[in-house]
Amino acid sequence: MLSPSDLETLVLTFKVASIATAMMLLIGTPLAWWLARTHSGWKGIINAVVALPLVLPPTVLGFYLLVLMGPAGAVGKFTSWLGLGTLPFTFTGLVIASVLYSMPFVVQPLQASFTTIGEQPLEAAATLRASPLDTFFSVIIPLAKPGFLTASILGFAHTVGEFGVVLMVGGNIPGKTRVVSVQIYNHVEALEYSEAHWLAGCLLLFSFTVLIILYTVLKTQPVAHQLK
Amino acid sequence: MTQPITARFQLDYGSFQLDVDLNLPGAGVTVLFGHSGSGKTTLLRCIAGLQQAQQGFLKINGKVWQDTEHDVFLPTYKRSLGYVFQEANLFPHLTVAGNLQFGLKRIAKSSGTVDLQHIVELLGIDHLLDRTPDRLSGGERQRVAIARALALSPQVLLMDEPLASLDFKRKQEILPFLSRLHQQLNIPVLYVTHSQQEVAQLADHLVILAEGRAQASGSLMETLSRLDVPLAQDREAATVWQVSIAEHEADYHLTRVEFDGGSLSLTAIDAPIGSPLRVQIYARDVSIALEAPAATSILNVLPATITGIADDQGGQTVVRLQVGNQPLLAHITRKSAILLGLHLDMPVYVQIKGTSILN
Repeated sequence: MLSPSDLETLVLTFKVASIATAMMLLIGTPLAWWLARTHSGWKGIINAVVALPLVLPPTVLGFYLLVLMGPAGAVGKFTSWLGLGTLPFTFTGLVIASVLYSMPFVVQPLQASFTTIGEQPLEAAATLRASPLDTFFSVIIPLAKPGFLTASILGFAHTVGEFGVVLMVGGNIPGKTRVVSVQIYNHVEALEYSEAHWLAGCLLLFSFTVLIILYTVLKTQPVAHQLK
Repeated sequence: MTQPITARFQLDYGSFQLDVDLNLPGAGVTVLFGHSGSGKTTLLRCIAGLQQAQQGFLKINGKVWQDTEHDVFLPTYKRSLGYVFQEANLFPHLTVAGNLQFGLKRIAKSSGTVDLQHIVELLGIDHLLDRTPDRLSGGERQRVAIARALALSPQVLLMDEPLASLDFKRKQEILPFLSRLHQQLNIPVLYVTHSQQEVAQLADHLVILAEGRAQASGSLMETLSRLDVPLAQDREAATVWQVSIAEHEADYHLTRVEFDGGSLSLTAIDAPIGSPLRVQIYARDVSIALEAPAATSILNVLPATITGIADDQGGQTVVRLQVGNQPLLAHITRKSAILLGLHLDMPVYVQIKGTSILN
């Protein structure tokens, strides 16, 4: 059975994932829109930066974040100066790391669906008196709905499943940064296989359900294909 | 006639330059005619503000939409226009009614003078209102797109080859709506097409574009009969006459129509006396005689005066004539022109072998 501390990690994990997904949508939407529409020379570089977490080992990303956000790092110095202390081993630090880590899973489906929508609906909306912002909310978002759903589900699910970055940046503090993947690792280290089974089973069920929704209900293309 | 639309644009894409300076009427249908690459669509997009010409001045009914010298460029969504795209470009996430309402919701209440119900009936789409665009035929989609643009009661309606993506049958389905629209609504229309048939059927004013420049701009009748425009040499060259029905000759299955300065016999037309009608006369169907032929099977023999002669390089001569007050083109062989000794201001007779009725 799930112990209270296991439940606590589950709740914390979903809290991190929810907040991170909301932030990714907030940042990722304008970013994806810009990437889908720009002819700027920066496009390739920004695309590469966004996609970096796809190929980088999570520990590498986590290591750099740890250094950057730590007391000697640029971000760390800045947050200290603001009186916020340093971010590693805090809930906030964990969320920021998750956002960076899962961003490609949000930006790329959005970018793909914005590109597919193309120029035509925008022009039609403009000739029908809709300002660019109005057009974005009344035409683009409804047309990109499948993209937004895919982006949210993938972003959320990917954050739930992270391990390496969490361990580097968040550590293993119960109730603050200890998420499910770390808890499973703890159980296995302590040879508590039956507890590990319960949590692992939960994640397996969750991941499978998410993918079923993606491929049957939303009829999304497999991720690997989408990310090309 | 007043010319409430002034459009001057200069645009340079390297391989393509647009350079036009046009004054267009504020009523009726102005057709921008040209082959692909002539710049007609680019011109329309510049007028809509969908494309921004490097140098431009555009004034519609006293309102300046673009003036590069004074850094004025009104974005498309602030221009009082309706635009019909080549592909209907309806919003797929909205029903037909939703599409019609989209623009209507966004215009100031005061500017709405067009009755939506009237437009819906005019275009025959009342039974489609609850459908989504993917359940419409191509012709239906285009009719909805036209209604959607008209619902804004715009200062000007811009149409970019609205029939080009439709097959012949669908075209025939929409053309009557366009003619009706023209008669019932007082909105100037700028209509882009490469189809001479649509020109003859719809245009009141004609602008001929080639390689980014306007070769001619004037009333349909005058422009079609201009010899300095390559169109006159075209195998499909034709003039269009505005006539009205004068008499039905039921015994002969004929209808007599009158025009400014004479009359023509046509095959019977089912319309009341006095109805206006457009008749298209192909230049290849017109022949010239020096004297009134005493015995001929051709019914339409009319006195005319030669007002212009032009040779092409292929042994063909294009003769421009004046019949009453109507200009007319005739394609004859160069040999005939020489044998008959045709010259300017010469009184002759034209024999019209065939006519087609346009509406």
